Amino acid sequence: MVRFAVVVFPGTNCDFETERAIRKAGAEAERVWYKANLRDFDGVVLPGGFSYADYLRAGVIAARQEIMEEVKEFAREGRPVLGICNGFQVLTEAGLLPGALRPNRVPRFLCRWVHLRVEDAETPFTALYEPGEVVRMPIAHAEGNYYLDDPSKVRIVFQYSDGNGNVTEEANPNGSVLNIAAIANERGNVLGTMPHPERASDRFLGSEDGLRLFRSMVKWARG
Amino acid sequence: MKWRVTVIVRLKEGLNDPEGRVIGSALRNLGYAVENLKVPKYFEFELESDNPEGEVEEMCRRLLANPVIHTYEYSIEPVS
Repeated sequence: MVRFAVVVFPGTNCDFETERAIRKAGAEAERVWYKANLRDFDGVVLPGGFSYADYLRAGVIAARQEIMEEVKEFAREGRPVLGICNGFQVLTEAGLLPGALRPNRVPRFLCRWVHLRVEDAETPFTALYEPGEVVRMPIAHAEGNYYLDDPSKVRIVFQYSDGNGNVTEEANPNGSVLNIAAIANERGNVLGTMPHPERASDRFLGSEDGLRLFRSMVKWARG
Repeated sequence: MKWRVTVIVRLKEGLNDPEGRVIGSALRNLGYAVENLKVPKYFEFELESDNPEGEVEEMCRRLLANPVIHTYEYSIEPVS
């Protein structure tokens, strides 16, 4: 069975839910302290939370830890690397994904459900979605305002939209350029998402739309 | 040799600074004609180094600033 490492930094707080969602999607998952090594794993997930209290910039201190050299190795080898919320911030700060996540346009922490339009259903993380499909997942972040000088070059995976899939200014919760909610690297094996798929992985949470992201990832890792 | 270093990290021109906006509007509410308030990050530290320029430049690039969104400047003076 394929095994995923869920990396825990000081301040990470979505590790249990993420581990549970990966198991529900049919793989082994193990929470791994950031001082450990990632040998014997098939993929790595950087979960949400507040690594190092978000001091200096969200994700940057985690991005400079030694374990990230192994995560970069995973990415180079084409194995799956998923960053959720703080994990997305870590991936951009580590240079594994382009751009940066800035404080929200409205100066507050946002915690609510959003609609997302699936822009790219051809990544290993979105293969079980339909292109153009509208899904629901929650966001919970203060620094989710995605910025890149030239966003036309980025591989957009989810965009904030309204319930009908219209990508509008009103549907953009945090000011992200082009309503970007999730992006992938060129090869598609590294994904960063601000919305939390693990918080939308069971009917009792209000949506199962996020579970398909983990199912896609697990299916792909199985080969 | 020991140096006293100060680093200022600024958001690139044109990028929205929500903290600056809130502080600016609080000052306007107090009656001051404040515009375009920005909140750069300011760091000061002492550094033992034979190559302070090189090391401070590297620190800015590796951690203190994010080149996607920031510019930075620094000053380095010997500690007497």
